[in-house]
Amino acid sequence: MPSLFGIAWKNLRRKRLRSMLTIVGIALSTWVLVSLLGFNQGYENSLNKDIDNLGFQVLLTAKGCPYEAATLMLKGGTGLKYMPYSIVDSVKANPQVEEVTPMLMQVVFDPNKGESGGVTAFLGIDPATYPKMKTYLIFEQGKWFDKPEAMEAVFGYEAAELEQREVGDLYLLPESDVEVTVVGVLKRSGTQDDGTIFLPVRTVQNVYKLENKITSIGIKVNKETDLAAYEEELYKLSDVQVVSMAQVKMTISNLVATARVMVMSIALIAILIAMVGVMNTVLMSVLERWQEIGIMKSMGAMTSHIFKLIWFETILLTFVGGIVGSVMSWILATVTDKLIRSVLPYSPTSALVQIDVLLALKAIGIIMAIGLISGIYPAWKAAKIRPIEAIRSTDGEL
Amino acid sequence: MSVNNEKIIEIKDLKKIYVRGSEHIHAVDGITLDVNKGEYVAFVGPSGSGKTTLLHLLGCLDNPTEGSLMVADRMVYCENKCMNERDLTKLRRELFGYVFQKFYLIPTLTVEENILLPFAFYQKEDAHKNAKHLTEMLGIAHRLSHLPKELSGGEMQRVAVARALINRPKILLADEPTGNLDSKRSAEISGIFQQLNKEEGITIILVTHNHHLAESAGKMVELKDGKLV
Ligand SMILES: Nc1ncnc2c1ncn2[C@@H]1O[C@H](COP(=O)(O)OP(=O)(O)OP(=O)(O)O)[C@@H](O)[C@H]1O
Ligand SMILES: [Mg+2]
Repeated sequence: MPSLFGIAWKNLRRKRLRSMLTIVGIALSTWVLVSLLGFNQGYENSLNKDIDNLGFQVLLTAKGCPYEAATLMLKGGTGLKYMPYSIVDSVKANPQVEEVTPMLMQVVFDPNKGESGGVTAFLGIDPATYPKMKTYLIFEQGKWFDKPEAMEAVFGYEAAELEQREVGDLYLLPESDVEVTVVGVLKRSGTQDDGTIFLPVRTVQNVYKLENKITSIGIKVNKETDLAAYEEELYKLSDVQVVSMAQVKMTISNLVATARVMVMSIALIAILIAMVGVMNTVLMSVLERWQEIGIMKSMGAMTSHIFKLIWFETILLTFVGGIVGSVMSWILATVTDKLIRSVLPYSPTSALVQIDVLLALKAIGIIMAIGLISGIYPAWKAAKIRPIEAIRSTDGEL
Repeated sequence: MSVNNEKIIEIKDLKKIYVRGSEHIHAVDGITLDVNKGEYVAFVGPSGSGKTTLLHLLGCLDNPTEGSLMVADRMVYCENKCMNERDLTKLRRELFGYVFQKFYLIPTLTVEENILLPFAFYQKEDAHKNAKHLTEMLGIAHRLSHLPKELSGGEMQRVAVARALINRPKILLADEPTGNLDSKRSAEISGIFQQLNKEEGITIILVTHNHHLAESAGKMVELKDGKLV
């Protein structure tokens, strides 16, 4: 017994190439849509993860200190400003503070790096407090340093690869004649730490003659603390700059909002194209079948049957296109990631585009809804065909 | 022929006027006619005389401009009032089977699906039993899984007849059912129509230019310029 659905399906197979092309169009639109939705959810997550991975909510730096390591490296470390170590104690004195970790960034010129030398960045850390804040740092080999002034180093994953060092190897600190032993190599964390060489803060101070100096302090406050009020309080300390991670998040989010609007517009255009494509395909197939539809009506089809028949076709087209597009976007997620990364002002380290089943279903739902909307006109056009006109004429007219 | 005097179709002063610009074409120009249950009527006449138009009006496929039409005691059109589309569809399902000059089979569906097409839209009891009976009677039982394009013209027309009869109509309307067939195939169809009329008591109204087919009908109605001759 023929069913409306079966008739619709067989009709789509009649013009295979046309149906395929329409499906490709819908799939492309779905790809854009899924990627966009995936970006919307992935970016926020990824950004939050990056910032939470810092392990502290507030970063205190010396006044005028650029807080991006990349900027430091470009400037060859000349932008570094120092604060006295004693600030650590005054910060610690506040009962709202849960944990404090001092850091000393040092950037040196290494003539052995690359062909004509390059800069290397060291981060002097406190082995007693730093690992506690950065619990996500996991060792590939080895462990953190034993003593506050140990002549030892821990390499980030990429730094170890670049310098070709393993646990037990020696490493000559550039611009000095001091050798340190590599005691640990970290696993890839997908953060800035991958490219960093960690030394005990005291060692950096001693080797580079920076006694009692640090570049920044990471502060973790307890949960009840009102961050904004606390930051205000920090400014009472002289010559410091407070970098609030919440603030950084906001700034970056604002930048991203602009990019998002752009991506949205692209998605909207893609959707419109798919819509026109579906409408065109289905309308063509209605016009070509003018007589067939007239015959169906003379055989007892109600207006609603014809409407459904044509609607089924758009549902099928958009459903198949939606599935293909979702699978495509899942397979091409890394490519999409790179593509989006290239247009963004700042990208977090972990995946920008996060696609899951729920999201794919959502996108398929949207695409199908769009298909249904674009199917209304052709379906209505077909439904109001009068049998007699169809039987008399050869083709439909708009 | 089991013709009784029970009227199944009554038309009174039926007119169909097509307006093309300032020109008015009186395709059917005031025809009054009764068809009895079980009758076999053939409309003949020159081209453009209004045969097809009249057949479509009788089959409730088209609206007349004037006049009235009653089918199986139900008023279909009367003084510009027309049955609503829903009731018209139901009437078509219940009473009519149509065979068109061009067979209008759905090319994507198999012979069997084409024959059963009406049941994509509504249910009827023992559809399959009837289909079996019809396809055997029409000699297309071995062709059920074929597509229309794999059939000869005569076979296609027999499939179209089977489709027209699948809902057990009381009235079979056929517009030049042998128009595309050679004389051997025409004779076949003619035989089938006679059999349907005699054995199943189906009222048949057809339009034809074929003398043999027209003569096999019990009653010949001649038209000229939209009027009965
Ligand atoms: N949709 C239409 N618009 C305008 N005029 C029409 C239309 N349909 C039919 N006619 C005209 O009505 C007249 C009757 O047409 P009809 O098709 O009923 O003739 P016919 O007897 O079936 O002819 P044939 O034997 O050639 O099939 C013709 O003059 C035709 O041109
Ligand atoms: Mg005709």
